[in-house]
Amino acid sequence: MARKNFDEILKEFVDESAEGLQRLDMLLVQLESGRDSATVTDIFRIIHSIKGTSGLLGLNNLEKLAHAGESLLSEIRDGNRVPDKEVITGLLRMVDSIRAAMELVVAKRSDAEFDGREVIARLEALNTTRANDTAAPSLESVTEVLSNMEPEAAAAPAAAGIGGQHLRVDVSLLDKLMNMVGELVLVRNRILQLGHSNAAITASSQKLHQITTELQEGMMKTRMQPVSNLWDRVPRLVRDVSLACEKQVRVEFEGGETELDKTILETIKDPLTHLIRNAIDHGIERPQERRAKGKPEEGVIILRAYHDGGQVCIEVSDDGKGIDTARIVADAIEKGAVSAERAARLSEREQKMLMFVPGVSTSADVTKVSGRGVGMDVVKTNTERIGGTVDVLTPQQGGTCFRLTIPLTLAIIPALVVMSRGVRYAIPQVNILELVRLSADQAAEEIESARGCSVYRLRGHLTPILYLHQELWLKDAREEQEADGANLVILQAGSHSFGLAVDDIHDTEEIVVKPLARQLKGLTVCSGATIMGDGSVALILDVIGLARRVGVDVQNEAQSRASAQAAADTQIERLVIFRVGKNRRLAMPLNLVARLEEFSRGKLENSAGQMVVQYRGGVMPVVPLADVLHLESDSLGCDLAQVIVYEKEGKSVGLIVDEIVDIVEERLTVHEAEFQKNIRGRAVIQGRVTDLLDIPHISDLWPSTAHKLAGVN
Amino acid sequence: MALQQFCTFRVGGELFGIQVERVQEVLNFQAMTPIPFSTALRGLINLRGQIIVAIDLRTRLHMPERSGEAPPMNVVLRTDDGAVSLLVDSICDVVNVTEKTFETVPVTMSASLKEVIRGVHKLDSELMLVLDAEHAIDVGVEMPETDRSSGAGAAREPN
Repeated sequence: MARKNFDEILKEFVDESAEGLQRLDMLLVQLESGRDSATVTDIFRIIHSIKGTSGLLGLNNLEKLAHAGESLLSEIRDGNRVPDKEVITGLLRMVDSIRAAMELVVAKRSDAEFDGREVIARLEALNTTRANDTAAPSLESVTEVLSNMEPEAAAAPAAAGIGGQHLRVDVSLLDKLMNMVGELVLVRNRILQLGHSNAAITASSQKLHQITTELQEGMMKTRMQPVSNLWDRVPRLVRDVSLACEKQVRVEFEGGETELDKTILETIKDPLTHLIRNAIDHGIERPQERRAKGKPEEGVIILRAYHDGGQVCIEVSDDGKGIDTARIVADAIEKGAVSAERAARLSEREQKMLMFVPGVSTSADVTKVSGRGVGMDVVKTNTERIGGTVDVLTPQQGGTCFRLTIPLTLAIIPALVVMSRGVRYAIPQVNILELVRLSADQAAEEIESARGCSVYRLRGHLTPILYLHQELWLKDAREEQEADGANLVILQAGSHSFGLAVDDIHDTEEIVVKPLARQLKGLTVCSGATIMGDGSVALILDVIGLARRVGVDVQNEAQSRASAQAAADTQIERLVIFRVGKNRRLAMPLNLVARLEEFSRGKLENSAGQMVVQYRGGVMPVVPLADVLHLESDSLGCDLAQVIVYEKEGKSVGLIVDEIVDIVEERLTVHEAEFQKNIRGRAVIQGRVTDLLDIPHISDLWPSTAHKLAGVN
Repeated sequence: MALQQFCTFRVGGELFGIQVERVQEVLNFQAMTPIPFSTALRGLINLRGQIIVAIDLRTRLHMPERSGEAPPMNVVLRTDDGAVSLLVDSICDVVNVTEKTFETVPVTMSASLKEVIRGVHKLDSELMLVLDAEHAIDVGVEMPETDRSSGAGAAREPN
């Protein structure tokens, strides 16, 4: 019995100290930037309590170490020693050493094997100025310290856990309770669905409903922690890494009070560490380099957290040199992650995303800190494991910004239950904008088919419509579905919206999200499953995944923000975006394109003064678009010519372009460009000005192009 | 000689066996929620509050579809990632065997079977194929590229 009590006390000590040590990291870094008595007192208190308790538990080696630290600190407190870099490094070393000792204590239940002599020697060396003062402080001086800090303790909110207002609870117990609340929610749902005629039962079940909801909310709150809990360790990390990299870095925080589920917080710990390390090692330049560029010598890393709808965004941005996309692409090609041809056709954002492929590094040199190409993979996998996404942004003012978008909580979410072909699906409420019910007549009339895809005019805005049954089971169910009218769920995916046509719309329910089995990992259109009130299983639709699958570029916000402003006179089109010449971006409607092909330039032949290629058993004329637009092609050195094949009066025609950039679904705001041949207008697509190619016009030009080519040859 | 116990069941006329230690339970047909973009992954089952995936061994072994009359049975396996159910035609006895009757996979066996079979035990009346559970449950969803017009590779439709 006594043994068990000792273990419990030991565990409590280790847990409490872990918190204290993390705080020490932060406080010591704070102290380095300027001595103020509150910080010193805080540090002193933490070390003192570790020293006191370890002595009590017979952990003598640990006690000696803490004592040496305390002695040095008392010198600082009394103003006899300046907390310079050397002193802080020594004290941080002590913190690390105490941590190591704690691990030993957990494993061996004693610190007999712990050797802190080296660190103690170092601390004493730092304290030589007043060597004879290293004796333990007398009881009076301790009481003095304690009484001194009394008023300050109230001012320091992080000193929680000491007062009677807080309780230490094992996380596994909370998890268990959370699971039980989850089950309770399911039972509640079931009872509510049963329906009843007895007034007393109705009243009781309403009460049950209310209590369950409140209980659930309370439970969720117990698991929420402010992001600042995670951020407390960042100053230490930044200090260590920037010293190792010989750089000057300052870190700033915004929105530390934003709360997140504990498990989520745990999961993003590693990604954040990697991002910060990368930012210092690869992003921020050395002081002399920064000076040469006219930037302040000290680089800045900003950590920002904020709520965005039902999600939390966490950003890590730096004011460094930005990302070398070419370097990433080269590395990805070298590591075999992507072929050179394919890489050349990726959009810039897609090229940047290559950095998340395992083995691909953003930096040319492997340093002690990073560059092995592992980190970014960890960032992506960890974030996706909790249903989040990672984005790389390139801020206008330079530098790099990584944004993690993560769900607020994982366990219980409100969701709309819909029916399609007798199967129920749950759609998370956060993704839903509104519901639209159309009668059969309305559906026939108001759902229009615009170039192969269905659209609905929602208050004048064209909203693309997806048919759930068709998207999931690849069966065209459109017509029969509209025979009885249409139920549209208008969904928000990133910054786009689209309508999902389903057979029937049921209630909104609180659902308990259960992860999908390993076998279903590739099912990107579903984010999980849940058990309904009647005991059956329903899949939870992943709205982002669904949107991505049909080509809605959910990550690109700038473009749609721009187009949203001018939404009144926009139209939705699926476009092929390509490049001709150095930086001319053009687009043409995808439905006019028959195929995208690559031909070896050796295969391009000259027949009667016209460039042709043998294609599908026939001969197809091809036109270098660069010649038509009087631009200079920059892919002539490339053996493969990128060709857009389209049909004109039953015949195939090929257009040679320099690069196929992307295929997008876009609300277009077409600006009338000043008169320009072969261009029907101009629009902003993916944040860049893009010319819309006028196809028929080019075909008319065909004979003259042929002449020109004949002349050249 | 160590005695081994196998839970046996039939799929497409063949007798299969799996170590009893691996089997959590055997269940009658359960209602399932169909899974898009999958063939062998037949559906999701609510097993006392736990959602598990059911893999149709017939589809997994490229055998013809089950003819309508008898619904499949569930053999629920314990795996490192939680329970997984195998859909089989019928459940047979638990048999005791020793190493003596074991042989490696006959070379003439079809490739699709070989992939998930560890070997065979020669029972008195017939051969029992020893299922390699890890391989049998190693299947995933197949999401075709978004070619909107294509119906190829489509999963079983919910009825």
